[in-house]
Amino acid sequence: MAILLNHVNYIYGAGTAMETAALKDITLQIPDGQFIGLIGHTGSGKSTLVQHLNGLIKPTSGEIYFNGRDIYEDDFDRKELRSKVGLVFQYPEHQLFEVDVFSDVCFGPKNLGLSRKEAELRAYTALKQVGIADEYFYQSPFDLSGGQKRRVAIAGVLAMKPDMLVLDEPTAGLDPKGRDEILDQIAKLREETGMTIVLVSHSMEDVAKYVERIIVMNKGSILYDDEPRAVFAHYKELEEVGLAAPQVTYIMNRLREKGYDVDVDAITVKEAAASILNAVK
Amino acid sequence: MLRDITLGQYYQTDSVIHRLDPRVKLVSTILYIVSLFLFKNVTGYVIAALFLAVVIKLSKVPFKFMVKGMKAILFLLFLTVVFNLFLTPGEPLVRIWKLTITDKGLQTAVFMAFRLSFLIIGSSVMTLTTTPNHLTDGLEKLMGPLKKIRVPVHEISMMMSIALRFIPILLEETDKIMKAQIARGADFESGNLIKKAKALVPLLVPLFISAFRRANDLAMAMEARCYRGGEHRTKMKPLHYEKRDFAAYAVAISYVVAGTVISRMIPLPF
Repeated sequence: MAILLNHVNYIYGAGTAMETAALKDITLQIPDGQFIGLIGHTGSGKSTLVQHLNGLIKPTSGEIYFNGRDIYEDDFDRKELRSKVGLVFQYPEHQLFEVDVFSDVCFGPKNLGLSRKEAELRAYTALKQVGIADEYFYQSPFDLSGGQKRRVAIAGVLAMKPDMLVLDEPTAGLDPKGRDEILDQIAKLREETGMTIVLVSHSMEDVAKYVERIIVMNKGSILYDDEPRAVFAHYKELEEVGLAAPQVTYIMNRLREKGYDVDVDAITVKEAAASILNAVK
Repeated sequence: MLRDITLGQYYQTDSVIHRLDPRVKLVSTILYIVSLFLFKNVTGYVIAALFLAVVIKLSKVPFKFMVKGMKAILFLLFLTVVFNLFLTPGEPLVRIWKLTITDKGLQTAVFMAFRLSFLIIGSSVMTLTTTPNHLTDGLEKLMGPLKKIRVPVHEISMMMSIALRFIPILLEETDKIMKAQIARGADFESGNLIKKAKALVPLLVPLFISAFRRANDLAMAMEARCYRGGEHRTKMKPLHYEKRDFAAYAVAISYVVAGTVISRMIPLPF
Protein backbone atom coordinates (compact mmCIF):
# COMPACT_ATOMS: atom_id res chain seq x y z
CA MET A 1 0.00 0.00 0.00
CA ALA A 2 1.64 3.17 -1.11
CA ILE A 3 1.37 6.05 -3.48
CA LEU A 4 4.21 6.82 -5.81
CA LEU A 5 4.57 9.93 -7.93
CA ASN A 6 7.08 9.64 -10.72
CA HIS A 7 8.32 12.88 -12.33
CA VAL A 8 4.90 14.51 -12.21
CA ASN A 9 4.47 17.84 -14.01
CA TYR A 10 1.32 19.89 -14.15
CA ILE A 11 0.68 23.00 -16.22
CA TYR A 12 -2.34 25.23 -15.66
CA GLY A 13 -4.03 26.80 -18.68
CA ALA A 14 -1.81 25.04 -21.21
CA GLY A 15 -1.89 26.84 -24.54
CA THR A 16 -3.20 30.17 -23.24
CA ALA A 17 -1.51 33.40 -22.26
CA MET A 18 -1.93 32.46 -18.59
CA GLU A 19 0.13 29.27 -18.85
CA THR A 20 1.86 28.49 -15.56
CA ALA A 21 3.66 25.42 -14.30
CA ALA A 22 2.00 24.46 -11.01
CA LEU A 23 4.08 21.34 -10.40
CA LYS A 24 7.60 20.77 -11.62
CA ASP A 25 9.06 17.29 -11.71
CA ILE A 26 7.61 15.96 -8.47
CA THR A 27 8.88 12.55 -7.43
CA LEU A 28 7.49 11.38 -4.15
CA GLN A 29 6.70 8.24 -2.23
CA ILE A 30 4.04 8.03 0.44
CA PRO A 31 4.33 4.72 2.31
CA ASP A 32 1.56 3.27 4.43
CA GLY A 33 0.78 4.65 7.84
CA GLN A 34 2.93 7.75 7.71
CA PHE A 35 1.81 11.06 9.17
CA ILE A 36 3.03 13.68 6.74
CA GLY A 37 2.92 17.46 6.79
CA LEU A 38 2.87 19.15 3.39
CA ILE A 39 3.97 22.72 3.84
CA GLY A 40 4.19 25.56 1.39
CA HIS A 41 3.45 29.18 0.84
CA THR A 42 0.19 30.18 -0.90
CA GLY A 43 0.54 29.22 -4.56
CA SER A 44 3.38 26.78 -4.00
CA GLY A 45 1.37 24.00 -5.62
CA LYS A 46 0.41 22.01 -2.52
CA SER A 47 -3.33 21.98 -3.27
CA THR A 48 -2.63 21.00 -6.86
CA LEU A 49 -0.39 18.21 -5.67
CA VAL A 50 -2.96 16.65 -3.34
CA GLN A 51 -5.60 16.66 -6.07
CA HIS A 52 -3.30 14.42 -8.07
CA LEU A 53 -3.27 11.82 -5.30
CA ASN A 54 -6.84 10.66 -5.95
CA GLY A 55 -6.98 11.30 -9.68
CA LEU A 56 -8.98 14.55 -9.67
CA ILE A 57 -6.34 16.24 -11.76
CA LYS A 58 -4.44 14.41 -14.46
CA PRO A 59 -0.75 15.27 -14.61
CA THR A 60 0.50 16.92 -17.80
CA SER A 61 3.35 14.42 -17.74
CA GLY A 62 4.61 11.75 -15.35
CA GLU A 63 2.89 8.82 -13.68
CA ILE A 64 1.10 8.17 -10.42
CA TYR A 65 1.04 4.68 -8.96
CA PHE A 66 -1.35 3.41 -6.32
CA ASN A 67 -0.24 0.06 -4.88
CA GLY A 68 1.98 -0.50 -7.87
CA ARG A 69 -0.65 0.24 -10.50
CA ASP A 70 -0.72 3.30 -12.75
CA ILE A 71 -3.97 5.10 -11.89
CA TYR A 72 -4.42 6.17 -15.51
CA GLU A 73 -4.40 2.61 -16.83
CA ASP A 74 -7.56 1.99 -18.83
CA ASP A 75 -9.15 -0.52 -16.48
CA PHE A 76 -8.16 1.21 -13.26
CA ASP A 77 -11.18 2.03 -11.09
CA ARG A 78 -10.67 5.65 -10.11
CA LYS A 79 -13.92 5.73 -8.18
CA GLU A 80 -12.51 3.10 -5.88
CA LEU A 81 -9.26 5.05 -5.66
CA ARG A 82 -11.25 8.05 -4.43
CA SER A 83 -12.74 5.96 -1.65
CA LYS A 84 -9.27 4.69 -0.68
CA VAL A 85 -7.65 8.12 -0.75
CA GLY A 86 -10.05 10.41 1.11
CA LEU A 87 -9.49 14.03 0.17
CA VAL A 88 -10.87 16.78 2.41
CA PHE A 89 -10.83 20.07 0.53
CA GLN A 90 -10.14 23.50 1.92
CA TYR A 91 -13.28 24.85 3.61
CA PRO A 92 -14.96 21.45 3.29
CA GLU A 93 -18.10 22.80 4.99
CA HIS A 94 -18.92 24.46 1.65
CA GLN A 95 -19.74 21.06 0.20
CA LEU A 96 -22.53 20.22 2.68
CA PHE A 97 -25.93 20.01 1.04
CA GLU A 98 -28.27 17.53 2.73
CA VAL A 99 -31.23 18.31 4.98
CA ASP A 100 -29.56 16.87 8.06
CA VAL A 101 -26.07 16.06 9.28
CA PHE A 102 -26.55 12.31 9.21
CA SER A 103 -27.77 12.05 5.61
CA ASP A 104 -24.93 14.28 4.48
CA VAL A 105 -22.35 11.95 5.96
CA CYS A 106 -24.19 9.00 4.32
CA PHE A 107 -23.67 10.56 0.88
CA GLY A 108 -20.14 9.18 0.42
CA PRO A 109 -20.76 5.55 1.47
CA LYS A 110 -24.03 5.48 -0.54
CA ASN A 111 -22.11 6.53 -3.64
CA LEU A 112 -19.90 3.50 -3.10
CA GLY A 113 -22.97 1.33 -3.61
CA LEU A 114 -23.19 0.09 -0.03
CA SER A 115 -26.45 -1.01 1.50
CA ARG A 116 -28.38 1.55 3.50
CA LYS A 117 -27.62 -0.21 6.75
CA GLU A 118 -23.89 -0.40 6.07
CA ALA A 119 -23.81 3.24 4.94
CA GLU A 120 -25.58 4.40 8.10
CA LEU A 121 -23.28 2.33 10.26
CA ARG A 122 -20.25 3.92 8.65
CA ALA A 123 -21.76 7.39 8.95
CA TYR A 124 -22.37 6.82 12.64
CA THR A 125 -18.82 5.62 13.24
CA ALA A 126 -17.37 8.52 11.27
CA LEU A 127 -19.39 11.12 13.15
CA LYS A 128 -18.23 9.57 16.43
CA GLN A 129 -14.63 9.61 15.22
CA VAL A 130 -14.76 13.37 14.72
CA GLY A 131 -16.55 13.90 18.01
CA ILE A 132 -20.01 15.02 16.93
CA ALA A 133 -22.60 14.25 19.61
CA ASP A 134 -25.82 12.37 18.80
CA GLU A 135 -28.02 15.39 19.43
CA TYR A 136 -26.69 17.09 16.28
CA PHE A 137 -27.36 14.16 13.94
CA TYR A 138 -30.75 15.33 12.76
CA GLN A 139 -30.08 19.05 12.68
CA SER A 140 -29.54 20.92 9.46
CA PRO A 141 -25.79 21.10 8.81
CA PHE A 142 -26.21 24.82 8.13
CA ASP A 143 -27.26 25.47 11.74
CA LEU A 144 -23.97 24.22 13.20
CA SER A 145 -20.99 26.33 14.19
CA GLY A 146 -18.04 26.70 11.82
CA GLY A 147 -15.87 24.14 13.61
CA GLN A 148 -18.72 21.64 13.84
CA LYS A 149 -19.58 22.01 10.16
CA ARG A 150 -15.99 21.31 9.28
CA ARG A 151 -15.92 18.18 11.42
CA VAL A 152 -19.14 16.95 9.81
CA ALA A 153 -17.57 17.50 6.39
CA ILE A 154 -14.47 15.55 7.44
CA ALA A 155 -16.75 12.78 8.70
CA GLY A 156 -18.35 12.74 5.23
CA VAL A 157 -15.00 11.68 3.81
CA LEU A 158 -14.09 9.36 6.70
CA ALA A 159 -17.36 7.45 6.20
CA MET A 160 -15.92 6.04 2.99
CA LYS A 161 -13.32 4.28 5.16
CA PRO A 162 -10.27 5.53 3.27
CA ASP A 163 -6.82 4.00 3.82
CA MET A 164 -5.33 7.42 3.50
CA LEU A 165 -6.71 10.78 4.52
CA VAL A 166 -5.53 13.98 2.87
CA LEU A 167 -6.61 17.23 4.51
CA ASP A 168 -6.09 20.50 2.65
CA GLU A 169 -5.65 23.27 5.24
CA PRO A 170 -8.14 21.79 7.70
CA THR A 171 -7.62 24.68 10.13
CA ALA A 172 -8.07 27.60 7.72
CA GLY A 173 -10.39 30.24 9.12
CA LEU A 174 -10.81 28.63 12.54
CA ASP A 175 -10.01 30.29 15.85
CA PRO A 176 -7.11 28.87 17.94
CA LYS A 177 -9.45 26.67 19.97
CA GLY A 178 -11.19 25.26 16.89
CA ARG A 179 -7.79 24.73 15.30
CA ASP A 180 -6.41 22.74 18.24
CA GLU A 181 -9.60 20.69 18.44
CA ILE A 182 -9.43 19.68 14.79
CA LEU A 183 -5.71 18.88 14.92
CA ASP A 184 -6.03 16.86 18.12
CA GLN A 185 -8.94 14.99 16.60
CA ILE A 186 -6.86 14.13 13.57
CA ALA A 187 -3.95 12.98 15.74
CA LYS A 188 -6.33 10.82 17.76
CA LEU A 189 -7.85 9.38 14.61
CA ARG A 190 -4.43 8.41 13.41
CA GLU A 191 -3.59 6.76 16.71
CA GLU A 192 -6.80 4.71 16.65
CA THR A 193 -6.82 3.65 13.03
CA GLY A 194 -3.18 3.91 11.96
CA MET A 195 -4.22 5.38 8.61
CA THR A 196 -1.88 7.37 6.41
CA ILE A 197 -2.47 11.08 6.87
CA VAL A 198 -1.28 14.00 4.78
CA LEU A 199 -1.82 17.34 6.44
CA VAL A 200 -1.53 20.34 4.16
CA SER A 201 -0.72 23.60 5.86
CA HIS A 202 1.23 26.81 5.49
CA SER A 203 2.13 26.87 9.14
CA MET A 204 5.02 24.83 10.54
CA GLU A 205 3.79 25.60 14.02
CA ASP A 206 0.55 23.71 13.37
CA VAL A 207 2.05 20.50 12.11
CA ALA A 208 5.38 20.40 13.97
CA LYS A 209 4.21 18.50 16.98
CA TYR A 210 2.11 15.92 15.12
CA VAL A 211 3.85 14.76 11.98
CA GLU A 212 6.80 12.44 11.44
CA ARG A 213 7.78 13.75 8.03
CA ILE A 214 7.61 17.19 6.46
CA ILE A 215 7.54 17.96 2.75
CA VAL A 216 8.22 21.60 1.97
CA MET A 217 7.05 22.91 -1.38
CA ASN A 218 8.19 26.06 -3.10
CA LYS A 219 7.10 27.30 -6.53
CA GLY A 220 5.89 23.88 -7.63
CA SER A 221 8.95 21.91 -6.57
CA ILE A 222 9.87 19.98 -3.46
CA LEU A 223 12.38 21.97 -1.43
CA TYR A 224 12.85 19.65 1.55
CA ASP A 225 11.50 16.22 2.32
CA ASP A 226 12.73 14.97 5.67
CA GLU A 227 11.81 14.48 9.29
CA PRO A 228 10.79 17.67 11.12
CA ARG A 229 14.07 18.23 12.98
CA ALA A 230 16.10 18.07 9.82
CA VAL A 231 13.74 20.42 8.00
CA PHE A 232 13.71 22.99 10.80
CA ALA A 233 17.51 23.02 10.79
CA HIS A 234 17.09 24.94 7.53
CA TYR A 235 15.12 27.68 9.28
CA LYS A 236 17.06 30.44 7.55
CA GLU A 237 16.36 29.06 4.09
CA LEU A 238 12.72 28.51 5.03
CA GLU A 239 12.38 32.19 5.78
CA GLU A 240 13.65 33.06 2.35
CA VAL A 241 10.72 31.22 0.77
CA GLY A 242 8.19 32.92 3.05
CA LEU A 243 7.87 30.20 5.67
CA ALA A 244 9.03 30.03 9.24
CA ALA A 245 10.21 27.31 11.59
CA PRO A 246 8.38 26.98 14.93
CA GLN A 247 9.22 29.77 17.37
CA VAL A 248 10.99 27.28 19.62
CA THR A 249 13.60 26.68 16.92
CA TYR A 250 14.46 30.37 16.86
CA ILE A 251 14.78 30.63 20.62
CA MET A 252 16.99 27.56 20.84
CA ASN A 253 19.25 28.76 18.07
CA ARG A 254 19.61 32.19 19.67
CA LEU A 255 20.45 30.58 23.00
CA ARG A 256 23.05 28.41 21.30
CA GLU A 257 24.61 31.53 19.73
CA LYS A 258 24.83 33.09 23.17
CA GLY A 259 26.79 30.10 24.34
CA TYR A 260 24.21 27.99 26.13
CA ASP A 261 24.49 24.30 25.50
CA VAL A 262 20.86 23.70 24.47
CA ASP A 263 19.40 21.19 22.05
CA VAL A 264 18.52 23.11 18.84
CA ASP A 265 16.51 20.14 17.56
CA ALA A 266 13.75 20.64 20.13
CA ILE A 267 10.35 20.94 18.46
CA THR A 268 7.78 21.26 21.18
CA VAL A 269 7.75 23.80 23.97
CA LYS A 270 8.05 20.92 26.44
CA GLU A 271 11.24 19.57 24.89
CA ALA A 272 12.68 23.06 24.73
CA ALA A 273 11.93 23.75 28.39
CA ALA A 274 13.60 20.52 29.45
CA SER A 275 16.65 21.27 27.37
CA ILE A 276 16.97 24.83 28.68
CA LEU A 277 16.64 23.66 32.30
CA ASN A 278 19.33 21.11 31.61
CA ALA A 279 21.64 23.73 30.17
CA VAL A 280 21.36 26.26 33.00
CA LYS A 281 21.56 23.72 35.78
CA MET B 1 -13.59 21.58 -16.86
CA LEU B 2 -15.90 24.57 -17.08
CA ARG B 3 -13.47 27.11 -18.40
CA ASP B 4 -14.66 26.91 -22.01
CA ILE B 5 -17.08 29.81 -21.92
CA THR B 6 -15.50 32.85 -23.56
CA LEU B 7 -18.44 35.21 -23.43
CA GLY B 8 -17.55 37.97 -21.02
CA GLN B 9 -13.95 36.82 -20.77
CA TYR B 10 -11.30 39.39 -21.29
CA TYR B 11 -8.09 38.57 -23.13
CA GLN B 12 -5.26 40.57 -21.65
CA THR B 13 -2.94 42.18 -24.17
CA ASP B 14 -2.13 45.62 -25.50
CA SER B 15 -3.54 46.61 -28.89
CA VAL B 16 -5.20 49.52 -30.69
CA ILE B 17 -8.57 47.86 -30.22
CA HIS B 18 -7.96 47.31 -26.51
CA ARG B 19 -7.17 50.98 -25.98
CA LEU B 20 -10.34 52.28 -27.66
CA ASP B 21 -13.04 53.86 -25.55
CA PRO B 22 -15.63 51.22 -24.61
CA ARG B 23 -18.39 53.41 -26.05
CA VAL B 24 -16.75 53.29 -29.45
CA LYS B 25 -16.52 49.52 -29.26
CA LEU B 26 -20.14 49.15 -28.18
CA VAL B 27 -21.49 51.43 -30.90
CA SER B 28 -19.23 49.90 -33.54
CA THR B 29 -20.33 46.40 -32.58
CA ILE B 30 -23.96 47.43 -32.94
CA LEU B 31 -23.16 49.06 -36.29
CA TYR B 32 -21.42 45.89 -37.41
CA ILE B 33 -24.41 43.75 -36.46
CA VAL B 34 -26.73 46.14 -38.29
CA SER B 35 -24.49 45.97 -41.33
CA LEU B 36 -24.79 42.19 -41.37
CA PHE B 37 -28.52 42.57 -41.83
CA LEU B 38 -28.19 45.37 -44.41
CA PHE B 39 -25.85 43.44 -46.68
CA LYS B 40 -27.90 41.07 -48.76
CA ASN B 41 -25.44 39.52 -51.21
CA VAL B 42 -22.04 37.86 -51.42
CA THR B 43 -20.16 41.11 -51.97
CA GLY B 44 -21.53 42.42 -48.68
CA TYR B 45 -20.44 39.32 -46.80
CA VAL B 46 -16.96 39.45 -48.31
CA ILE B 47 -16.66 43.05 -47.12
CA ALA B 48 -17.96 42.09 -43.65
CA ALA B 49 -15.49 39.21 -43.44
CA LEU B 50 -12.58 41.41 -44.50
CA PHE B 51 -13.51 44.10 -41.98
CA LEU B 52 -13.77 41.52 -39.20
CA ALA B 53 -10.47 39.94 -40.19
CA VAL B 54 -8.68 43.29 -40.06
CA VAL B 55 -10.17 44.11 -36.64
CA ILE B 56 -9.19 40.67 -35.27
CA LYS B 57 -5.69 41.10 -36.61
CA LEU B 58 -5.45 44.53 -34.98
CA SER B 59 -6.79 43.21 -31.66
CA LYS B 60 -3.88 40.73 -31.31
CA VAL B 61 -6.26 38.18 -29.77
CA PRO B 62 -5.56 34.66 -31.10
CA PHE B 63 -8.32 33.55 -33.45
CA LYS B 64 -9.00 30.36 -31.50
CA PHE B 65 -10.42 32.42 -28.61
CA MET B 66 -13.05 33.84 -30.95
CA VAL B 67 -13.99 30.40 -32.18
CA LYS B 68 -14.36 29.16 -28.60
CA GLY B 69 -17.41 31.38 -28.20
CA MET B 70 -18.90 29.70 -31.27
CA LYS B 71 -19.12 26.33 -29.55
CA ALA B 72 -21.96 27.56 -27.36
CA ILE B 73 -24.16 28.46 -30.33
CA LEU B 74 -23.21 25.54 -32.54
CA PHE B 75 -26.55 23.86 -31.92
CA LEU B 76 -28.52 27.04 -32.64
CA LEU B 77 -26.50 27.54 -35.81
CA PHE B 78 -27.21 24.00 -36.92
CA LEU B 79 -30.92 24.37 -36.23
CA THR B 80 -31.17 27.65 -38.16
CA VAL B 81 -29.32 26.21 -41.14
CA VAL B 82 -31.47 23.07 -41.24
CA PHE B 83 -34.76 24.96 -41.00
CA ASN B 84 -33.78 27.48 -43.64
CA LEU B 85 -32.44 24.78 -45.87
CA PHE B 86 -35.60 22.71 -45.95
CA LEU B 87 -38.41 25.15 -45.32
CA THR B 88 -37.71 28.00 -47.75
CA PRO B 89 -39.93 27.84 -50.86
CA GLY B 90 -38.32 28.20 -54.32
CA GLU B 91 -36.93 26.16 -57.21
CA PRO B 92 -36.31 22.60 -55.94
CA LEU B 93 -32.69 21.45 -56.24
CA VAL B 94 -32.53 18.13 -54.40
CA ARG B 95 -35.31 15.96 -53.06
CA ILE B 96 -34.65 13.62 -50.11
CA TRP B 97 -37.73 11.62 -49.13
CA LYS B 98 -40.31 14.31 -48.26
CA LEU B 99 -37.76 17.09 -47.79
CA THR B 100 -36.81 19.45 -50.58
CA ILE B 101 -33.79 21.70 -50.76
CA THR B 102 -34.48 24.74 -52.90
CA ASP B 103 -32.08 27.21 -54.47
CA LYS B 104 -33.46 29.97 -52.29
CA GLY B 105 -33.24 27.71 -49.23
CA LEU B 106 -29.60 26.90 -49.86
CA GLN B 107 -28.78 30.58 -50.28
CA THR B 108 -30.62 31.67 -47.12
CA ALA B 109 -29.11 28.84 -45.10
CA VAL B 110 -25.56 29.73 -46.11
CA PHE B 111 -26.15 33.44 -45.56
CA MET B 112 -27.72 32.74 -42.17
CA ALA B 113 -24.77 30.61 -41.10
CA PHE B 114 -22.31 33.35 -42.01
CA ARG B 115 -24.46 36.08 -40.53
CA LEU B 116 -24.73 34.29 -37.18
CA SER B 117 -21.04 33.35 -37.05
CA PHE B 118 -19.96 36.91 -37.87
CA LEU B 119 -22.37 38.21 -35.28
CA ILE B 120 -20.96 36.02 -32.52
CA ILE B 121 -17.34 36.54 -33.50
CA GLY B 122 -17.94 40.29 -33.85
CA SER B 123 -19.35 40.57 -30.35
CA SER B 124 -16.61 38.30 -29.00
CA VAL B 125 -14.06 40.79 -30.30
CA MET B 126 -15.71 43.42 -28.13
CA THR B 127 -15.87 41.30 -24.97
CA LEU B 128 -12.37 39.91 -25.48
CA THR B 129 -10.80 43.35 -25.83
CA THR B 130 -12.80 45.22 -23.17
CA THR B 131 -12.75 44.50 -19.45
CA PRO B 132 -16.24 43.95 -17.99
CA ASN B 133 -15.81 47.08 -15.90
CA HIS B 134 -15.02 49.20 -18.92
CA LEU B 135 -17.93 47.71 -20.78
CA THR B 136 -20.48 48.60 -18.13
CA ASP B 137 -18.90 52.03 -17.76
CA GLY B 138 -19.44 52.55 -21.46
CA LEU B 139 -23.01 51.29 -21.27
CA GLU B 140 -23.78 53.58 -18.38
CA LYS B 141 -22.45 56.58 -20.27
CA LEU B 142 -24.32 55.63 -23.44
CA MET B 143 -27.59 55.13 -21.62
CA GLY B 144 -27.08 58.37 -19.67
CA PRO B 145 -29.85 60.29 -21.49
CA LEU B 146 -32.35 57.67 -20.29
CA LYS B 147 -31.93 59.02 -16.76
CA LYS B 148 -34.23 61.85 -17.76
CA ILE B 149 -37.10 59.42 -18.09
CA ARG B 150 -36.25 57.90 -14.70
CA VAL B 151 -34.48 54.78 -15.88
CA PRO B 152 -32.10 53.76 -13.07
CA VAL B 153 -29.13 53.67 -15.42
CA HIS B 154 -26.45 53.59 -12.75
CA GLU B 155 -28.12 50.80 -10.82
CA ILE B 156 -28.56 48.72 -13.97
CA SER B 157 -24.93 49.07 -14.94
CA MET B 158 -23.82 48.33 -11.37
CA MET B 159 -25.88 45.14 -11.37
CA MET B 160 -24.44 44.20 -14.72
CA SER B 161 -20.86 44.70 -13.64
CA ILE B 162 -21.44 42.69 -10.47
CA ALA B 163 -23.09 39.91 -12.45
CA LEU B 164 -20.20 39.83 -14.92
CA ARG B 165 -17.67 39.89 -12.12
CA PHE B 166 -19.36 36.92 -10.48
CA ILE B 167 -19.26 34.66 -13.54
CA PRO B 168 -15.62 33.56 -13.15
CA ILE B 169 -15.98 33.37 -9.36
CA LEU B 170 -18.98 31.09 -9.56
CA LEU B 171 -17.35 28.99 -12.27
CA GLU B 172 -14.35 28.47 -10.04
CA GLU B 173 -16.63 27.66 -7.13
CA THR B 174 -18.56 25.14 -9.25
CA ASP B 175 -15.32 23.49 -10.22
CA LYS B 176 -14.27 23.26 -6.58
CA ILE B 177 -17.56 21.86 -5.27
CA MET B 178 -17.72 19.42 -8.16
CA LYS B 179 -14.28 18.11 -7.29
CA ALA B 180 -15.15 17.89 -3.61
CA GLN B 181 -18.25 15.82 -4.38
CA ILE B 182 -16.39 13.65 -6.86
CA ALA B 183 -13.91 12.99 -4.06
CA ARG B 184 -16.90 11.73 -2.09
CA GLY B 185 -17.83 9.35 -4.86
CA ALA B 186 -20.38 11.52 -6.68
CA ASP B 187 -20.85 10.76 -10.36
CA PHE B 188 -21.87 13.61 -12.67
CA GLU B 189 -21.32 11.85 -15.96
CA SER B 190 -22.99 8.45 -16.20
CA GLY B 191 -26.67 7.48 -15.97
CA ASN B 192 -29.80 8.65 -17.76
CA LEU B 193 -31.23 12.15 -17.75
CA ILE B 194 -33.16 11.79 -14.47
CA LYS B 195 -30.16 10.31 -12.71
CA LYS B 196 -27.94 13.09 -14.05
CA ALA B 197 -30.40 15.75 -12.92
CA LYS B 198 -30.54 14.19 -9.46
CA ALA B 199 -26.75 14.10 -9.30
CA LEU B 200 -26.75 17.89 -9.65
CA VAL B 201 -28.39 18.44 -6.25
CA PRO B 202 -25.11 18.02 -4.29
CA LEU B 203 -23.60 20.60 -6.64
CA LEU B 204 -26.42 23.14 -6.88
CA VAL B 205 -27.32 23.40 -3.19
CA PRO B 206 -23.80 24.38 -2.06
CA LEU B 207 -23.44 26.64 -5.10
CA PHE B 208 -26.61 28.57 -4.29
CA ILE B 209 -25.63 28.86 -0.66
CA SER B 210 -22.23 30.18 -1.62
CA ALA B 211 -23.73 32.64 -4.13
CA PHE B 212 -26.03 34.03 -1.45
CA ARG B 213 -23.18 34.19 1.05
CA ARG B 214 -21.05 36.10 -1.42
CA ALA B 215 -23.89 38.46 -2.32
CA ASN B 216 -24.46 39.10 1.34
CA ASP B 217 -20.78 39.81 2.00
CA LEU B 218 -20.59 42.14 -0.96
CA ALA B 219 -23.69 44.06 0.09
CA MET B 220 -22.21 44.44 3.56
CA ALA B 221 -18.88 45.64 2.18
CA MET B 222 -20.63 48.15 -0.08
CA GLU B 223 -22.68 49.48 2.76
CA ALA B 224 -19.61 49.73 4.98
CA ARG B 225 -18.16 52.06 2.35
CA CYS B 226 -21.37 54.09 2.28
CA TYR B 227 -22.40 53.13 -1.24
CA ARG B 228 -25.75 54.69 -2.06
CA GLY B 229 -26.26 54.52 -5.79
CA GLY B 230 -25.70 56.93 -8.64
CA GLU B 231 -26.57 60.35 -7.18
CA HIS B 232 -23.56 62.67 -7.31
CA ARG B 233 -21.22 59.77 -7.73
CA THR B 234 -18.00 60.58 -9.56
CA LYS B 235 -15.60 58.21 -11.24
CA MET B 236 -11.94 57.68 -10.50
CA LYS B 237 -11.24 57.21 -14.18
CA PRO B 238 -13.96 59.04 -16.13
CA LEU B 239 -14.29 58.09 -19.77
CA HIS B 240 -13.29 60.67 -22.32
CA TYR B 241 -12.82 60.49 -26.06
CA GLU B 242 -9.43 60.77 -27.69
CA LYS B 243 -8.51 61.37 -31.31
CA ARG B 244 -8.28 57.65 -32.06
CA ASP B 245 -11.84 57.15 -30.81
CA PHE B 246 -13.23 59.65 -33.32
CA ALA B 247 -11.15 57.99 -36.01
CA ALA B 248 -12.64 54.62 -35.01
CA TYR B 249 -16.17 56.04 -35.22
CA ALA B 250 -15.36 57.34 -38.70
CA VAL B 251 -14.00 53.95 -39.77
CA ALA B 252 -17.05 52.11 -38.44
CA ILE B 253 -19.53 54.45 -40.10
CA SER B 254 -17.72 54.55 -43.41
CA TYR B 255 -17.55 50.75 -43.32
CA VAL B 256 -21.34 50.49 -43.08
CA VAL B 257 -21.98 53.17 -45.72
CA ALA B 258 -19.32 51.99 -48.13
CA GLY B 259 -20.29 48.36 -47.63
CA THR B 260 -23.94 49.08 -48.36
CA VAL B 261 -23.16 51.13 -51.45
CA ILE B 262 -20.55 48.79 -52.90
CA SER B 263 -22.62 45.66 -52.32
CA ARG B 264 -25.57 47.31 -54.12
CA MET B 265 -23.41 48.47 -57.03
CA ILE B 266 -21.29 45.39 -57.66
CA PRO B 267 -23.38 42.33 -56.77
CA LEU B 268 -21.38 39.14 -57.27
CA PRO B 269 -23.30 36.56 -59.29
CA PHE B 270 -24.96 34.15 -56.87
